[in-house]
Amino acid sequence: MATITVEGKEIEVDEEGYLVDLSTWFPAIATEMAKIDEVEMGDDHWDIINFLREYYEEYQIAPAVRVLTKAVAKKLGKEKGNSKYLYELFPYGPGKQACKFAGLPKPTGCV
Amino acid sequence: MADFETPKFREYPAVPLIKQDEMAGGGPFVSRAEFDTDLGYPGELPEDWKEKTLDKMGDLLGRYRSLQVFMDSCIKCGACTDKCHYFIGTNDPKNMPVARQDLMRKVYRRYFTFAGKYFPKLVGAVDLTEDVLDEWYNYYHQCSECRRCSVFCPMGIDTAEVTMAAREILAHVGKAQKYSNQIIQKVYKIGNNLGLPGKALKGILEDLEEEMEDECGVPVKFNMDEVGCEALLMTPSADFFAEPHIDGLIGYGKVLHELGITWTVSSKASEAANFGLFIGSYDNMQKISMRIREAAIELKVKRIIFGECGHAWRVAYSFLNTLAGPFDFLDQNYPIPQHILEVTYGALQEGKLRMNKEENDHLTMTFHDSCNVARASRIGDYPGSQFDIPRAVIQAACNNYVDMDSDTIKDATFCCGGGGGILTDDLMELRVKGALPRMEALKQVTEESGVTNIAAICAICKSQFTKTLPYYGFEMDAIMSVHQLVSEAIVMTGSEQEKDLDGTEEDDKTESDD
Repeated sequence: MATITVEGKEIEVDEEGYLVDLSTWFPAIATEMAKIDEVEMGDDHWDIINFLREYYEEYQIAPAVRVLTKAVAKKLGKEKGNSKYLYELFPYGPGKQACKFAGLPKPTGCV
Repeated sequence: MADFETPKFREYPAVPLIKQDEMAGGGPFVSRAEFDTDLGYPGELPEDWKEKTLDKMGDLLGRYRSLQVFMDSCIKCGACTDKCHYFIGTNDPKNMPVARQDLMRKVYRRYFTFAGKYFPKLVGAVDLTEDVLDEWYNYYHQCSECRRCSVFCPMGIDTAEVTMAAREILAHVGKAQKYSNQIIQKVYKIGNNLGLPGKALKGILEDLEEEMEDECGVPVKFNMDEVGCEALLMTPSADFFAEPHIDGLIGYGKVLHELGITWTVSSKASEAANFGLFIGSYDNMQKISMRIREAAIELKVKRIIFGECGHAWRVAYSFLNTLAGPFDFLDQNYPIPQHILEVTYGALQEGKLRMNKEENDHLTMTFHDSCNVARASRIGDYPGSQFDIPRAVIQAACNNYVDMDSDTIKDATFCCGGGGGILTDDLMELRVKGALPRMEALKQVTEESGVTNIAAICAICKSQFTKTLPYYGFEMDAIMSVHQLVSEAIVMTGSEQEKDLDGTEEDDKTESDD
């Protein structure tokens, strides 16, 4: 099993770079994973990551794109409530890349 | 992000120059026991793998007469060679359909034919080694089971069935693909490919109802587990989750509302897709199909309607009755199962749906025929109706429509590049390269006819295009659902849209007062 090193701790990740054990997540993991993917984490990124984690806590799945864009629109303004904005933050897609940084499992299926 | 070069558009389609071993490698991530055992596979290479491989091969050759015929009847004419989008996009000669099939054929000859047993070198037969299995694993996951090559094969060899058989054999010796098997396990454990639990699904559907009420002013229902509705909607879980899929779901909801057809989804069978087909496993395909039957009985519906999903429709249209029938408890006056496009098209024919095409005047559409609908099933009731009906529905919703080059549509349609269990990030290079012929045809109509968007009726095609369009210089949201166009144009009775078009009663009153 692959690992990444964050603040001196060895964290187990699967072959696609997602956390193996969701409970091992702490914020520096997101920063480190973002660094690997060449994404610079700003406040806007953290808003999304925090929302993902809250939603997951309640529903045991990442939010649907529409749920996410609506939540973003509500919190950050209508002009940001669209997938284009989310893809600007997370070039590989909010569903997959942001979930990875947030420590969530990868959404599978025809998405 | 991925480290490869996007193929360049070619001036004109030609047989590609060969690049030997261009796509050699380990293939997609291999599955593990934690995903495999629920599906009936060992999850690791057993000690007696060689015996088990040949046993399984013998079993499949005996069970499927077709496979035996396909192993024996190739005449090496070469008609299939340049028909595969993966060969066109990758230049790897092992992606010529004949060469990919031959990986299995060589082993078949060695152990199942007289000549191969005694004179292997003379007939190109090879011994089964672990390297051979690894090569199978790599190249049988570079086929999307789209069957375009089969259209051109004079012997009628179905490459998809060879690929399916190879994957089924591999799975029995612990070399299954992680992507497909993890998904099937989620179907068994949670009810759908995504792993979307009932609570989350319910939340999404309630949100949609609220949204419809706000936007249209009519109560469009998106029921879950509602007993006694007329129809059970079986749709890919991507329709609840991704874009543009969910815009299609909204379209189904509006059409069914306008026609007064009550419907529900089932949290237990919240997935139309059946990846059992992709991995060539009859047992898993049947187990996945049985959920549909059980849900239909529990929810006491009279009809089963399928949403926009290509291979789900193949399994439903071609095999559902054998896998999970008889459906004698459903209303026999409707097709069993029925496609949402048949519902919409039928209603349009009868003048039951009012469409305001101008809503889509900013678009010029083209249509991507999904392989499993185009070549492996039918929508409608006459040969070729699966090509006409989606186009008729699009044209009922849009004024501007142009077909792509005739060599790339209908039964000659090119795969999106992501079908058959290939839609996984670890195969992104293959997906992008395999999309080349479709992207070329799209490029042509954008330049010559001003096409702005492309519509599809398959969750995989939609997700694949969302990812691959940008590699070829298109916008990711150029891909749309067919029922998304319907959703934009439909004028529901009593809706805000109807009032805008016709004026409200108060407006009429004011006008007459003047």
